[in-house]
Amino acid sequence: MMQLRVAVTKYLQADRREFRLDVSFESDADITILFGPSGAGKTLTLQAIAGLLRPDQGAIRFGGRLLFDSAQRVDVPTRQRDIGFVFQDYALFPHLTVGQNVAFARSRGWRQARSTDTANRRLLESFDLAACADAFPAQLSGGQRQRVALARALAATPQLLLLDEPFAALDAPLRARLRGELLALQRSRSVPMVVITHDPDDVSALGGRVVLLQDGQVRAPP
Amino acid sequence: MPVGALTPLLLTLKVALCATLLATLFGVLFARMLGRKRSVTRDVAESVLTLPLVLPPTVLGYYLLVVLGRNGAIGSWLLDHFGITLIFTWQGAVIAAAIAAFPLILRSARAAFTDVDRSLEQAARTLGLREPAVFFRVTLPLAWRGVLAGALLAFARAMGEFGATLMIAGSLPGRTQTLALAIYDAVMAGDDARAATLVWISLLLAIVVLLIAARLLQRHTP
Repeated sequence: MMQLRVAVTKYLQADRREFRLDVSFESDADITILFGPSGAGKTLTLQAIAGLLRPDQGAIRFGGRLLFDSAQRVDVPTRQRDIGFVFQDYALFPHLTVGQNVAFARSRGWRQARSTDTANRRLLESFDLAACADAFPAQLSGGQRQRVALARALAATPQLLLLDEPFAALDAPLRARLRGELLALQRSRSVPMVVITHDPDDVSALGGRVVLLQDGQVRAPP
Repeated sequence: MPVGALTPLLLTLKVALCATLLATLFGVLFARMLGRKRSVTRDVAESVLTLPLVLPPTVLGYYLLVVLGRNGAIGSWLLDHFGITLIFTWQGAVIAAAIAAFPLILRSARAAFTDVDRSLEQAARTLGLREPAVFFRVTLPLAWRGVLAGALLAFARAMGEFGATLMIAGSLPGRTQTLALAIYDAVMAGDDARAATLVWISLLLAIVVLLIAARLLQRHTP
Protein backbone atom coordinates (compact mmCIF):
# COMPACT_ATOMS: atom_id res chain seq x y z
CA MET A 1 0.00 0.00 0.00
CA MET A 2 1.34 3.40 -1.01
CA GLN A 3 1.33 5.82 1.85
CA LEU A 4 1.19 9.59 1.46
CA ARG A 5 2.62 11.63 4.33
CA VAL A 6 2.39 15.40 4.27
CA ALA A 7 3.60 17.77 6.98
CA VAL A 8 4.34 21.22 5.62
CA THR A 9 4.05 24.90 6.43
CA LYS A 10 3.98 27.82 4.05
CA TYR A 11 3.51 31.51 4.72
CA LEU A 12 2.02 33.56 1.90
CA GLN A 13 1.48 37.27 1.66
CA ALA A 14 -0.10 39.32 -1.11
CA ASP A 15 -1.84 42.69 -1.13
CA ARG A 16 -1.87 43.04 2.66
CA ARG A 17 -3.58 39.67 2.96
CA GLU A 18 -1.70 36.88 4.63
CA PHE A 19 -2.26 33.18 4.80
CA ARG A 20 -0.54 30.51 6.79
CA LEU A 21 -0.69 26.94 5.62
CA ASP A 22 0.16 24.38 8.29
CA VAL A 23 -1.11 20.99 7.22
CA SER A 24 -0.19 17.57 8.42
CA PHE A 25 -1.88 14.32 7.48
CA GLU A 26 -1.17 10.84 6.27
CA SER A 27 -3.23 8.49 4.20
CA ASP A 28 -2.89 5.12 2.55
CA ALA A 29 -6.41 5.11 1.12
CA ASP A 30 -7.07 4.63 -2.60
CA ILE A 31 -8.93 7.90 -2.56
CA THR A 32 -8.02 10.68 -0.17
CA ILE A 33 -10.39 13.62 -0.10
CA LEU A 34 -9.24 17.09 0.89
CA PHE A 35 -12.48 18.61 2.04
CA GLY A 36 -13.15 22.14 3.20
CA PRO A 37 -14.45 25.60 2.30
CA SER A 38 -12.75 27.66 -0.38
CA GLY A 39 -9.69 29.47 0.93
CA ALA A 40 -8.87 26.63 3.32
CA GLY A 41 -5.57 25.85 1.60
CA LYS A 42 -6.65 22.73 -0.30
CA THR A 43 -5.13 23.76 -3.61
CA LEU A 44 -1.91 24.95 -1.95
CA THR A 45 -1.58 21.55 -0.29
CA LEU A 46 -2.08 19.78 -3.62
CA GLN A 47 0.46 22.07 -5.31
CA ALA A 48 2.98 21.32 -2.56
CA ILE A 49 2.56 17.57 -3.14
CA ALA A 50 3.09 18.05 -6.89
CA GLY A 51 6.11 20.31 -6.36
CA LEU A 52 4.40 23.34 -7.87
CA LEU A 53 4.61 25.18 -4.53
CA ARG A 54 7.70 25.08 -2.38
CA PRO A 55 6.87 24.81 1.34
CA ASP A 56 8.86 26.83 3.91
CA GLN A 57 9.24 23.89 6.27
CA GLY A 58 8.35 20.26 6.50
CA ALA A 59 8.43 17.07 4.51
CA ILE A 60 6.41 15.20 1.91
CA ARG A 61 6.73 11.48 1.33
CA PHE A 62 4.91 9.17 -0.97
CA GLY A 63 5.28 5.39 -1.04
CA GLY A 64 8.55 5.51 0.87
CA ARG A 65 10.00 8.09 -1.51
CA LEU A 66 11.08 11.41 -0.05
CA LEU A 67 9.75 14.16 -2.33
CA PHE A 68 10.45 17.16 -0.16
CA ASP A 69 12.30 17.74 3.09
CA SER A 70 13.35 21.21 4.16
CA ALA A 71 15.72 19.86 6.83
CA GLN A 72 17.55 17.57 4.40
CA ARG A 73 17.26 20.09 1.54
CA VAL A 74 15.45 17.61 -0.64
CA ASP A 75 13.14 19.03 -3.29
CA VAL A 76 12.44 16.64 -6.15
CA PRO A 77 11.49 18.66 -9.25
CA THR A 78 7.87 18.39 -10.38
CA ARG A 79 8.82 16.54 -13.58
CA GLN A 80 10.50 13.74 -11.59
CA ARG A 81 7.79 13.20 -8.97
CA ASP A 82 5.64 10.87 -11.11
CA ILE A 83 2.56 12.66 -9.84
CA GLY A 84 -0.30 13.48 -12.19
CA PHE A 85 -2.29 16.68 -11.74
CA VAL A 86 -5.77 17.45 -13.02
CA PHE A 87 -6.18 21.21 -12.69
CA GLN A 88 -9.43 22.84 -11.66
CA ASP A 89 -9.90 24.48 -15.07
CA TYR A 90 -8.22 21.39 -16.63
CA ALA A 91 -5.36 23.48 -18.13
CA LEU A 92 -5.64 21.76 -21.50
CA PHE A 93 -3.16 23.07 -24.05
CA PRO A 94 -5.34 25.31 -26.25
CA HIS A 95 -2.95 25.14 -29.22
CA LEU A 96 -2.99 21.33 -29.38
CA THR A 97 -5.73 18.94 -30.45
CA VAL A 98 -7.30 16.44 -28.05
CA GLY A 99 -5.06 13.73 -29.49
CA GLN A 100 -1.94 15.86 -29.05
CA ASN A 101 -2.95 16.86 -25.52
CA VAL A 102 -3.30 13.22 -24.52
CA ALA A 103 -0.02 12.29 -26.27
CA PHE A 104 1.82 15.21 -24.65
CA ALA A 105 3.70 13.24 -22.00
CA ARG A 106 4.79 10.53 -24.45
CA SER A 107 7.62 12.77 -25.55
CA ARG A 108 9.43 14.71 -22.89
CA GLY A 109 11.82 16.33 -25.33
CA TRP A 110 11.42 19.47 -27.40
CA ARG A 111 9.18 17.90 -29.98
CA GLN A 112 5.60 16.80 -29.72
CA ALA A 113 5.05 13.01 -29.90
CA ARG A 114 2.89 11.56 -32.67
CA SER A 115 -0.72 11.40 -31.51
CA THR A 116 -1.77 8.73 -34.02
CA ASP A 117 0.15 5.72 -32.68
CA THR A 118 -1.74 2.69 -31.39
CA ALA A 119 -1.14 3.28 -27.69
CA ASN A 120 -2.47 6.80 -27.87
CA ARG A 121 -5.47 5.78 -29.97
CA ARG A 122 -6.32 3.07 -27.46
CA LEU A 123 -6.14 5.55 -24.60
CA LEU A 124 -8.39 7.97 -26.49
CA GLU A 125 -10.87 5.17 -27.11
CA SER A 126 -10.93 4.09 -23.48
CA PHE A 127 -11.87 7.65 -22.53
CA ASP A 128 -14.48 7.85 -25.29
CA LEU A 129 -12.49 10.60 -26.99
CA ALA A 130 -11.63 8.94 -30.31
CA ALA A 131 -14.33 10.88 -32.17
CA CYS A 132 -12.98 14.25 -31.09
CA ALA A 133 -9.25 13.45 -31.35
CA ASP A 134 -8.74 16.22 -33.91
CA ALA A 135 -10.84 18.81 -32.10
CA PHE A 136 -9.30 21.61 -30.04
CA PRO A 137 -10.12 21.99 -26.32
CA ALA A 138 -12.18 25.13 -26.97
CA GLN A 139 -14.61 23.03 -29.03
CA LEU A 140 -15.29 20.47 -26.27
CA SER A 141 -18.01 20.18 -23.64
CA GLY A 142 -17.14 20.34 -19.93
CA GLY A 143 -17.36 16.57 -19.49
CA GLN A 144 -15.13 15.94 -22.51
CA ARG A 145 -12.57 18.41 -21.23
CA GLN A 146 -12.39 16.60 -17.93
CA ARG A 147 -11.85 13.28 -19.70
CA VAL A 148 -9.05 14.81 -21.80
CA ALA A 149 -7.40 16.13 -18.64
CA LEU A 150 -7.65 12.69 -16.99
CA ALA A 151 -6.37 10.85 -20.06
CA ARG A 152 -3.49 13.31 -20.47
CA ALA A 153 -2.44 12.90 -16.84
CA LEU A 154 -2.72 9.09 -16.91
CA ALA A 155 -0.76 8.80 -20.17
CA ALA A 156 2.29 9.77 -18.12
CA THR A 157 1.64 6.67 -15.90
CA PRO A 158 1.79 8.57 -12.60
CA GLN A 159 2.15 6.83 -9.23
CA LEU A 160 -0.34 9.25 -7.68
CA LEU A 161 -3.06 11.37 -9.25
CA LEU A 162 -4.07 14.74 -7.80
CA LEU A 163 -7.41 16.26 -8.80
CA ASP A 164 -8.29 19.85 -7.94
CA GLU A 165 -12.09 20.28 -7.78
CA PRO A 166 -12.62 17.90 -10.72
CA PHE A 167 -16.39 18.39 -10.78
CA ALA A 168 -16.68 22.09 -9.97
CA ALA A 169 -17.04 23.17 -13.61
CA LEU A 170 -19.82 20.69 -14.38
CA ASP A 171 -23.61 20.69 -13.94
CA ALA A 172 -25.28 18.36 -11.43
CA PRO A 173 -26.38 15.41 -13.65
CA LEU A 174 -22.97 15.27 -15.36
CA ARG A 175 -21.29 15.52 -11.98
CA ALA A 176 -23.07 12.41 -10.73
CA ARG A 177 -22.09 10.44 -13.84
CA LEU A 178 -18.45 11.52 -13.78
CA ARG A 179 -18.09 10.63 -10.10
CA GLY A 180 -18.98 7.08 -11.11
CA GLU A 181 -16.49 7.21 -13.99
CA LEU A 182 -13.74 8.46 -11.69
CA LEU A 183 -14.38 5.65 -9.19
CA ALA A 184 -14.31 3.06 -11.96
CA LEU A 185 -11.12 4.59 -13.30
CA GLN A 186 -9.47 4.46 -9.90
CA ARG A 187 -10.28 0.76 -9.60
CA SER A 188 -9.24 -0.20 -13.13
CA ARG A 189 -5.95 1.71 -13.04
CA SER A 190 -5.36 1.19 -9.31
CA VAL A 191 -3.68 4.56 -9.07
CA PRO A 192 -4.15 6.30 -5.71
CA MET A 193 -5.89 9.66 -5.91
CA VAL A 194 -6.07 12.81 -3.84
CA VAL A 195 -9.24 14.74 -4.67
CA ILE A 196 -10.12 18.26 -3.59
CA THR A 197 -13.75 19.16 -3.09
CA HIS A 198 -16.03 21.42 -1.10
CA ASP A 199 -19.13 19.46 -2.12
CA PRO A 200 -20.38 17.00 0.57
CA ASP A 201 -22.02 14.92 -2.21
CA ASP A 202 -18.56 14.22 -3.63
CA VAL A 203 -17.43 12.97 -0.24
CA SER A 204 -20.32 10.53 0.18
CA ALA A 205 -20.07 9.32 -3.43
CA LEU A 206 -16.33 8.80 -3.56
CA GLY A 207 -15.78 7.50 -0.05
CA GLY A 208 -12.19 7.04 1.00
CA ARG A 209 -10.27 8.89 3.66
CA VAL A 210 -11.44 12.44 4.33
CA VAL A 211 -9.02 15.14 5.45
CA LEU A 212 -10.88 18.22 6.65
CA LEU A 213 -9.12 21.51 6.00
CA GLN A 214 -10.02 24.87 7.48
CA ASP A 215 -8.03 28.11 7.61
CA GLY A 216 -4.90 26.34 6.41
CA GLN A 217 -5.03 23.59 9.03
CA VAL A 218 -6.29 20.03 9.32
CA ARG A 219 -9.28 19.75 11.67
CA ALA A 220 -10.73 16.69 13.34
CA PRO A 221 -13.77 15.46 11.42
CA PRO A 222 -17.05 16.31 13.20
CA MET B 1 12.03 51.38 -60.73
CA PRO B 2 14.35 54.34 -61.38
CA VAL B 3 18.02 53.60 -61.64
CA GLY B 4 19.81 53.94 -58.32
CA ALA B 5 16.76 53.32 -56.14
CA LEU B 6 16.84 49.53 -56.25
CA THR B 7 20.24 49.22 -54.63
CA PRO B 8 19.40 51.10 -51.41
CA LEU B 9 16.02 49.34 -51.29
CA LEU B 10 17.53 45.86 -51.45
CA LEU B 11 20.26 46.82 -49.01
CA THR B 12 17.65 48.19 -46.58
CA LEU B 13 15.66 44.96 -46.77
CA LYS B 14 18.78 42.84 -46.28
CA VAL B 15 20.01 44.86 -43.30
CA ALA B 16 16.57 45.12 -41.66
CA LEU B 17 15.87 41.42 -42.13
CA CYS B 18 19.21 40.27 -40.68
CA ALA B 19 18.91 42.79 -37.84
CA THR B 20 15.36 41.60 -37.01
CA LEU B 21 16.45 37.95 -36.93
CA LEU B 22 19.37 38.80 -34.65
CA ALA B 23 17.24 41.02 -32.39
CA THR B 24 14.46 38.40 -32.21
CA LEU B 25 16.88 35.66 -31.21
CA PHE B 26 18.42 37.69 -28.40
CA GLY B 27 15.16 39.43 -27.46
CA VAL B 28 13.37 36.12 -26.91
CA LEU B 29 16.38 34.71 -25.04
CA PHE B 30 16.58 37.66 -22.64
CA ALA B 31 12.80 37.86 -22.22
CA ARG B 32 12.87 34.21 -21.19
CA MET B 33 15.74 34.86 -18.76
CA LEU B 34 13.91 37.80 -17.18
CA GLY B 35 10.94 35.48 -16.68
CA ARG B 36 7.55 36.32 -15.29
CA LYS B 37 8.53 37.16 -11.73
CA ARG B 38 9.16 40.82 -10.93
CA SER B 39 12.02 41.87 -8.70
CA VAL B 40 14.31 44.87 -8.32
CA THR B 41 17.18 43.06 -10.07
CA ARG B 42 14.98 42.03 -12.98
CA ASP B 43 13.48 45.52 -13.31
CA VAL B 44 16.96 47.09 -13.36
CA ALA B 45 18.10 44.51 -15.93
CA GLU B 46 15.09 45.23 -18.12
CA SER B 47 15.73 48.99 -17.88
CA VAL B 48 19.37 48.58 -18.90
CA LEU B 49 18.37 46.33 -21.81
CA THR B 50 15.78 48.91 -22.90
CA LEU B 51 18.36 51.72 -23.04
CA PRO B 52 18.92 51.45 -26.84
CA LEU B 53 15.30 52.51 -27.29
CA VAL B 54 15.61 55.74 -25.35
CA LEU B 55 19.24 56.74 -25.93
CA PRO B 56 19.97 59.07 -28.85
CA PRO B 57 21.07 56.85 -31.77
CA THR B 58 24.34 58.78 -31.93
CA VAL B 59 25.14 57.72 -28.37
CA LEU B 60 24.51 54.14 -29.46
CA GLY B 61 26.75 54.70 -32.49
CA TYR B 62 29.46 56.14 -30.28
CA TYR B 63 29.49 53.12 -27.99
CA LEU B 64 29.40 50.75 -30.95
CA LEU B 65 32.49 52.51 -32.35
CA VAL B 66 34.18 52.24 -28.97
CA VAL B 67 33.48 48.51 -28.74
CA LEU B 68 33.64 47.40 -32.39
CA GLY B 69 36.22 49.88 -33.75
CA ARG B 70 39.75 48.80 -34.68
CA ASN B 71 40.93 49.60 -31.16
CA GLY B 72 37.76 48.45 -29.45
CA ALA B 73 37.57 45.39 -27.21
CA ILE B 74 35.64 43.23 -29.67
CA GLY B 75 36.79 45.06 -32.82
CA SER B 76 40.50 44.47 -32.21
CA TRP B 77 39.89 40.84 -31.26
CA LEU B 78 37.92 40.23 -34.47
CA LEU B 79 40.67 41.93 -36.50
CA ASP B 80 43.51 40.00 -34.82
CA HIS B 81 41.89 36.56 -34.98
CA PHE B 82 39.73 36.64 -38.10
CA GLY B 83 40.87 39.72 -40.00
CA ILE B 84 37.30 41.02 -39.80
CA THR B 85 36.46 44.66 -39.48
CA LEU B 86 32.84 45.73 -39.02
CA ILE B 87 33.32 49.46 -39.47
CA PHE B 88 31.99 50.72 -42.84
CA THR B 89 30.39 47.36 -43.72
CA TRP B 90 26.75 46.32 -44.11
CA GLN B 91 27.30 43.80 -41.32
CA GLY B 92 28.15 46.75 -39.06
CA ALA B 93 24.85 48.34 -40.12
CA VAL B 94 23.07 45.10 -39.17
CA ILE B 95 24.53 45.22 -35.67
CA ALA B 96 23.58 48.88 -35.22
CA ALA B 97 20.00 48.22 -36.40
CA ALA B 98 19.71 45.02 -34.34
CA ILE B 99 20.71 46.78 -31.12
CA ALA B 100 18.36 49.68 -31.81
CA ALA B 101 15.48 47.24 -32.47
CA PHE B 102 16.27 44.76 -29.67
CA PRO B 103 14.28 46.45 -26.84
CA LEU B 104 11.07 46.34 -28.91
CA ILE B 105 11.28 42.55 -29.15
CA LEU B 106 12.37 42.16 -25.55
CA ARG B 107 9.41 44.08 -24.17
CA SER B 108 6.72 42.51 -26.33
CA ALA B 109 8.14 39.01 -25.89
CA ARG B 110 8.31 39.36 -22.11
CA ALA B 111 4.73 40.65 -21.99
CA ALA B 112 3.60 37.81 -24.25
CA PHE B 113 5.34 35.16 -22.10
CA THR B 114 3.81 36.62 -18.95
CA ASP B 115 0.35 36.49 -20.54
CA VAL B 116 0.58 32.72 -20.99
CA ASP B 117 -1.57 30.98 -18.37
CA ARG B 118 0.77 29.73 -15.64
CA SER B 119 -1.21 26.56 -15.06
CA LEU B 120 -0.45 25.45 -18.64
CA GLU B 121 3.29 25.59 -17.94
CA GLN B 122 2.72 23.83 -14.62
CA ALA B 123 0.70 21.13 -16.38
CA ALA B 124 3.63 20.54 -18.74
CA ARG B 125 5.95 20.17 -15.72
CA THR B 126 3.68 17.61 -14.08
CA LEU B 127 3.76 15.73 -17.40
CA GLY B 128 7.52 15.33 -17.07
CA LEU B 129 8.94 18.13 -19.21
CA ARG B 130 12.15 20.01 -18.47
CA GLU B 131 12.11 23.80 -18.54
CA PRO B 132 13.44 24.21 -22.13
CA ALA B 133 10.82 21.76 -23.41
CA VAL B 134 8.09 23.61 -21.46
CA PHE B 135 9.24 26.80 -23.18
CA PHE B 136 9.35 25.43 -26.72
CA ARG B 137 6.21 23.30 -26.54
CA VAL B 138 3.91 25.46 -24.42
CA THR B 139 5.09 29.02 -23.74
CA LEU B 140 6.44 29.96 -27.17
CA PRO B 141 3.61 28.48 -29.26
CA LEU B 142 1.09 30.37 -27.10
CA ALA B 143 3.05 33.63 -27.15
CA TRP B 144 4.13 33.73 -30.79
CA ARG B 145 1.68 36.49 -31.72
CA GLY B 146 3.24 38.85 -29.21
CA VAL B 147 6.75 37.88 -30.31
CA LEU B 148 5.79 38.40 -33.96
CA ALA B 149 4.24 41.79 -33.21
CA GLY B 150 7.52 42.77 -31.56
CA ALA B 151 9.49 41.44 -34.52
CA LEU B 152 7.48 43.53 -36.98
CA LEU B 153 7.98 46.66 -34.88
CA ALA B 154 11.66 45.78 -34.74
CA PHE B 155 11.76 45.37 -38.52
CA ALA B 156 10.21 48.81 -38.98
CA ARG B 157 12.66 50.32 -36.51
CA ALA B 158 15.60 48.57 -38.20
CA MET B 159 14.53 49.88 -41.63
CA GLY B 160 14.49 53.43 -40.33
CA GLU B 161 17.78 53.22 -38.41
CA PHE B 162 19.88 56.27 -39.24
CA GLY B 163 22.08 57.72 -36.51
CA ALA B 164 23.94 54.69 -35.23
CA THR B 165 24.21 53.23 -38.74
CA LEU B 166 25.74 56.43 -40.07
CA MET B 167 28.36 56.45 -37.31
CA ILE B 168 29.40 52.81 -37.57
CA ALA B 169 28.81 51.98 -41.25
CA GLY B 170 28.91 55.38 -42.89
CA SER B 171 26.84 56.18 -45.97
CA LEU B 172 28.66 54.41 -48.78
CA PRO B 173 26.42 54.17 -51.88
CA GLY B 174 25.89 50.55 -52.86
CA ARG B 175 27.59 49.24 -49.71
CA THR B 176 26.11 50.71 -46.56
CA GLN B 177 23.74 53.38 -47.85
CA THR B 178 20.25 52.25 -46.83
CA LEU B 179 17.08 54.12 -47.85
CA ALA B 180 17.09 56.37 -44.79
CA LEU B 181 20.70 57.38 -45.47
CA ALA B 182 20.16 57.70 -49.23
CA ILE B 183 17.28 60.14 -48.66
CA TYR B 184 19.45 62.33 -46.47
CA ASP B 185 22.25 62.11 -49.04
CA ALA B 186 19.92 63.10 -51.92
CA VAL B 187 18.50 66.06 -50.01
CA MET B 188 21.97 67.29 -49.07
CA ALA B 189 23.04 66.97 -52.72
CA GLY B 190 19.98 68.98 -53.84
CA ASP B 191 18.65 66.02 -55.86
CA ASP B 192 14.98 66.56 -55.01
CA ALA B 193 13.64 64.12 -57.59
CA ARG B 194 15.73 61.28 -56.22
CA ALA B 195 14.81 62.19 -52.64
CA ALA B 196 11.09 62.16 -53.54
CA THR B 197 11.39 58.75 -55.22
CA LEU B 198 13.18 57.24 -52.24
CA VAL B 199 10.64 58.74 -49.83
CA TRP B 200 7.80 57.14 -51.81
CA ILE B 201 9.54 53.79 -51.74
CA SER B 202 10.00 54.06 -47.96
CA LEU B 203 6.36 54.94 -47.54
CA LEU B 204 5.17 52.00 -49.65
CA LEU B 205 7.49 49.65 -47.78
CA ALA B 206 6.12 50.82 -44.42
CA ILE B 207 2.54 50.31 -45.60
CA VAL B 208 3.35 46.80 -46.85
CA VAL B 209 4.90 45.92 -43.46
CA LEU B 210 1.83 47.24 -41.63
CA LEU B 211 -0.50 45.28 -43.92
CA ILE B 212 1.47 42.08 -43.34
CA ALA B 213 1.41 42.77 -39.60
CA ALA B 214 -2.35 43.26 -39.57
CA ARG B 215 -2.80 40.07 -41.60
CA LEU B 216 -0.55 37.95 -39.39
CA LEU B 217 -1.89 39.29 -36.14
CA GLN B 218 -5.54 38.83 -37.08
CA ARG B 219 -7.25 36.76 -34.45
CA HIS B 220 -8.33 33.41 -35.80
CA THR B 221 -9.59 30.63 -33.59
CA PRO B 222 -7.83 27.33 -34.22
